[in-house]
Amino acid sequence: MAKLWPDHRAWFSLVLLVLLYGGALLAGFISPYSPQGQDLSRAYQPPQAIHFWFEGKWYGPFVYPLEASRDPVTYQRVYQEDRSRPQKIVWFVQGEPYRWLFGSSKRHLFGLEAGRLHLFGTDGFGRDLFSRVLFGSQVSLTVGIIGVAISFLIGITLGGMAGYFGGRLDRTVQALTEVLLSIPRLPILLVAATLVPATWPSTYTYLGIVAVLALLGWAGLARVVRGQVLTLRELEHVSAAQAIGAGHARILFRHILPGMRGFLLVSATLSLPGYILQESVLSFLGLGIKEPLASWGLLLKDSQNFSALALYPWLLIPGGFIVIAAITFNLLGDSLRDATDIRR
Amino acid sequence: MAIFLIQHLLRIPLVLVAVSALLFFLLQLQPGGFLNQYLEDPRFSPETVAAIERQFGLDQPPVRQYLNWVWGIVTEGNFGYSFLAGRPVASLIGEAMAWTIVLVLTAAIFTWLVAVPLGILTAVYKDRFWARTADLVSYLGLAIPDFFLALVLVALVLQSGGSAVGGLFSPAYVEAPWSLARLGDLINHLWIPVLALSLEGIATLTRQTRASLLEVLDADYVRTARAKGLNEFRVIVFHAFRNALNPLVVLAGLWLPGLIGSSIVVSKLLSIPAAGPLLYDSLVNKDQYLAMSLVLLLAALLMLGNLLADLALARLDPRVRYG
Repeated sequence: MAKLWPDHRAWFSLVLLVLLYGGALLAGFISPYSPQGQDLSRAYQPPQAIHFWFEGKWYGPFVYPLEASRDPVTYQRVYQEDRSRPQKIVWFVQGEPYRWLFGSSKRHLFGLEAGRLHLFGTDGFGRDLFSRVLFGSQVSLTVGIIGVAISFLIGITLGGMAGYFGGRLDRTVQALTEVLLSIPRLPILLVAATLVPATWPSTYTYLGIVAVLALLGWAGLARVVRGQVLTLRELEHVSAAQAIGAGHARILFRHILPGMRGFLLVSATLSLPGYILQESVLSFLGLGIKEPLASWGLLLKDSQNFSALALYPWLLIPGGFIVIAAITFNLLGDSLRDATDIRR
Repeated sequence: MAIFLIQHLLRIPLVLVAVSALLFFLLQLQPGGFLNQYLEDPRFSPETVAAIERQFGLDQPPVRQYLNWVWGIVTEGNFGYSFLAGRPVASLIGEAMAWTIVLVLTAAIFTWLVAVPLGILTAVYKDRFWARTADLVSYLGLAIPDFFLALVLVALVLQSGGSAVGGLFSPAYVEAPWSLARLGDLINHLWIPVLALSLEGIATLTRQTRASLLEVLDADYVRTARAKGLNEFRVIVFHAFRNALNPLVVLAGLWLPGLIGSSIVVSKLLSIPAAGPLLYDSLVNKDQYLAMSLVLLLAALLMLGNLLADLALARLDPRVRYG
């Protein structure tokens, strides 16, 4: 671990991680609006740029209000910047109430005293995309962690037992992993995702999707763990543990598996982006997370409508966050791997 | 070698049976079926629905249904009936699988054509600024989801006034006979999905090419080849790269499941008549035989690809012994 400190990638990814998860944790406080608050008169408003100088003089961070009007020919709603009225961004402003942990609050990190502030623009219902991205990160960034945790639990237990006991158990587990690995991943994910009943509330759907990802994701790990246990169980300290009469569970979990801690940590980190991407694909196709919850993939679903995509390209912003999260975990995993000297 | 091939070929149907059984089990677990919607429809009496059920054998126990379906495939190539399309599944999936193979193959070829030269160049000129930039960009390539890249490309094309997004042909060429202009139109539509499918592969393969080439560039036999007076191109490509090739072939096999998965999402997104839209519709509408047949054929495609990768590896690397 000491090798991790001089590594720039590790620092960079840790800072990004803190920002991403901090944003998810404090989503209610940081986001100026509630993720469901609709305002149909503000549908598809473009993002507002933050300015600092008004008419050549320092003014502090502010935005120009956007006036909505209808194009007389196409009847599309068009937004016009009103350059005469700067609206100052206020810190710790009072706004819509939100719940956080046990209490609730009305104070937001920033916002406007009057008028609307949409840093990432709005969607077709006039909902603030910035707030939705923040609340979406709560789903997108936790699905991976919980999914990886469950799938590692299954993979380590099954793979470890297969390698340790051998025999019929080993053959069964190997056959199962073989089948799971021979099905193209996405189609079987889609099949399994349709198992989650459409009538379930969205929090149950969330758990259902996590379960689907985890239950189909352990096979690759189980195979590798089995192989490693096969070699590790022949080591002398394991024979010694057997000789003093330690039980199987104790030998497996206290004497064999700790030997592959580094490997497990690295592969957990490196498999996180995969889970984030899979959740986003499922939600993007409408088989994953449902409203009123949001996830980055679900937010991107709006841009499947190409005519909307052409007119309102800011609908793509949530995808940028998927990319950032994936890069972060890849960087962290690579630097962990180099620090623990484990090769892929 | 022959023994390995036979063993492998024998294992494919076994795994396919297991895969299809698992699929059938998963689909049976789903609440409701395709015919449920008719129960609410006043134009259908419950007796009619029961008659339809009997006609398609849906009233029989699940195990029997599954065996009937497998038997139909084995004996007469009958993949069952698509309730959604009102046609036999076999008549639907041919075109979808063909376009899937076209997509996957084109993307695979494009990936190798770009990634291998790029990997070699970034290894040979590893200290140049552009080589380091390429390495950084490949990191980005690993992190961009295929469907997001497709969306970005679509947005860029639409913003620049283009319209060749979605589908395979412009309206004028859909029914036209094959000609150069039609091929051009196809390429004009196909570059977005191919690029979206290839990016991750290009990133992985470039990095792997670079890494395995860097490992062998300092080897004695490379120095020997140089000492013999061979030109640098021959040394790099026929001596060094030849030995760096094996991990790439292994990687190509590992990458195939992801590629097939990507082709599903991207073809669904861009309305390309490959397996994606069909699979999606069949799942949403609980058209069980269509869904099962599609996933089964995709699994078969995957296993065939893996077999080819194994064979290629055995051919390339005399150290690899199967049997």
